[in-house]
Amino acid sequence: MGRRVLVTGLGTFWGSRIAQAFEARDDVDLIVGVDGRAPRLPLTRTEFVKADPSYAILQRVVRATQVDTVLHAHLEVDSTRAGPRRLHETNVIGTMNLLAAAAAPDSAIRKLVVKTSTLVYGSHFDDPYFFREDARRTHVPATSVERSLVEVDSLLRDFAEDNPDIVTTRLRFANVLGDDVSTTFSRLLRMRVVPEVLGFDPRLQFVHEEDVTRALEFAAVNDVPGTYNVAGPGTITWSETCAVAERRRVPMPPVFTRAAAVPLRLLGAIDLPPETLALLRYGRGVDTGALRAAGFEYRYTTRATVEAFAQARRLERVVGAPEPYVYEHDVEEFFRHSRAVVLPDP
Amino acid sequence: MTPAADQTHGRPDASQTAAPGSAGTLVTVGTPVPTPPTPDRRHLRAIDGEEAGGAAGGTAEIAAGNTDTDPEPRPKSRPEPHPDVDGWGRSESFRTLTRRLYDPIYRYWLRAEWEGIEHVPLAGGALLVANHGGALPSDAPVIMHGIETELLRPVYGLAENLFRRVPVVGTLWSRAGGVPAHPDNAYRLLHDEQQLVLVFPEGTKATGKLASERYRLRRFGRGGFVEIAMRARVPVVPIAVVGNEEAMPILWKSERLAKLFGLPYFPITANQFVYGPVLGYVAPLPAKIKVRVLPPVHFDVEPGAERYNRGMVMDESERIRGLIQHELDDMLRARRSVWRG
Repeated sequence: MGRRVLVTGLGTFWGSRIAQAFEARDDVDLIVGVDGRAPRLPLTRTEFVKADPSYAILQRVVRATQVDTVLHAHLEVDSTRAGPRRLHETNVIGTMNLLAAAAAPDSAIRKLVVKTSTLVYGSHFDDPYFFREDARRTHVPATSVERSLVEVDSLLRDFAEDNPDIVTTRLRFANVLGDDVSTTFSRLLRMRVVPEVLGFDPRLQFVHEEDVTRALEFAAVNDVPGTYNVAGPGTITWSETCAVAERRRVPMPPVFTRAAAVPLRLLGAIDLPPETLALLRYGRGVDTGALRAAGFEYRYTTRATVEAFAQARRLERVVGAPEPYVYEHDVEEFFRHSRAVVLPDP
Repeated sequence: MTPAADQTHGRPDASQTAAPGSAGTLVTVGTPVPTPPTPDRRHLRAIDGEEAGGAAGGTAEIAAGNTDTDPEPRPKSRPEPHPDVDGWGRSESFRTLTRRLYDPIYRYWLRAEWEGIEHVPLAGGALLVANHGGALPSDAPVIMHGIETELLRPVYGLAENLFRRVPVVGTLWSRAGGVPAHPDNAYRLLHDEQQLVLVFPEGTKATGKLASERYRLRRFGRGGFVEIAMRARVPVVPIAVVGNEEAMPILWKSERLAKLFGLPYFPITANQFVYGPVLGYVAPLPAKIKVRVLPPVHFDVEPGAERYNRGMVMDESERIRGLIQHELDDMLRARRSVWRG
């Protein structure tokens, strides 16, 4: 008997992408996706359940479907897409509801994989250059997204301690770049000119979207309990990143940088939240040894990730961006459940 | 636990038996010295090019040096602006440039002189531990410059992360090989990457000393450097420097201004009476600098432990401090003039 998988955050890019990856596997019998938003990518056999953002419905879904593996791709790590209240609701309350459902006596869940972010480490001048998974933050989190992710982190730590029979894996991803995904840094590098903080040229790490999906799948099919950083090996400076992406840099003042970012947001040019400004000043590096020691192999180094991104942009400039997928509920239901369908939809 | 001969690196015995105190072993860096064969010069090949009198810019030389010695083919042919900034923010081409600019100061102004440089291992990690002095200390650039030009090995200097907050200065400091003194950074450099790491355990307690207190070593922190070396299984190489403390002596310092600017100390230097108020914080006086490297100290403990016996760590730290202090006193006894050595 194959796995029965629940994907939270199916309406996010990552939820849809990992559901696609599971659909391609023969050892996965069932994929159920929950989210408030419709799937972002075409799916053939994933069952979609519409839920409220804080996931109060989850306990019923988990009980009814008897899923054994949960992939929690629901965490919001981009503060430009959700305000502080939404972040708290989605990240903290959503995770609490998920953990409650997973630990319920009638739950069949034996594995939980959480997609979180290296934002939990922060970015400060007195940070170590390569955070290991057990490293502590040097400062208390000052932004709402970091606060909510740090809180989720401690919820998960307690959960793993209380439920030793459930394999709990936390994957902390660095900034993602790729052909399709839209992140703070992909939006930054799509601009005609790119901001930098005058006098600072931080070391950064990027991870390719393909490696993100592969890492999530790796953690879902293998038993790798614990916390792992996921970032393309190596580091790259911001100036070099911009040079590879063929972008010119414009300096922002090193003092009152946050104030200088306000008109950029108001003009609709770019929203630079405090955690991104901190990265543009001090950068961040994480140690990637643990996940590799567990058996995962990266396809892209940090530098190769930026190069692949630059190539995708060049292609896009010629052929244009692909049409976004639009989920049609009735069509999807027809192909999944109508008696008229005798051959599986390719 | 004694400063034993460096067995791990298979050094010839002759270099080991040369006692650090014996006269006549002074080596002037200015004159060409036969350096022992380096096992891996690949990463610093550019220095050879420079020494040979290459006329082209530093960056071009590095790139050329790398392409014809790198075993792996480079995936891209397009030239990159800083292809050589490593994971620590250090840039070999920037180092080449700073070495070129600093060389006249090193050679003709401070007239740096080395003794016992053969105690610095040619391969493998080692923690170089030296005394610190002067408002803007000359010891760090002199030691890094000397080892990089003589042994063709990069040196990473651990320092107060204060610089990292200052625009431009922080970036240049990092490109020049400065790394914030965090235990995780030190361990990774020494153990995972087997690099040479320079550290001043006295920290700003030493550089903030008044001129009247010069060459009296301060407390060596909490002995953290010994613990890191034990954990990473690398030797500690003690280094005694004389002249650094006279290159920028502090005549007076203000607690109040230091607090106001968030600095560890706010000094008035003797240099300011010579060079003016601004340049006096940067330009060293022409004190003769002598550097004496002592035989490496190996620790006979199990590496990789989370914690080591506090008493043992403090004893080792105190012993290394004593070795350096003894050597300093010895060098000062032999010194006739601050300026001529």
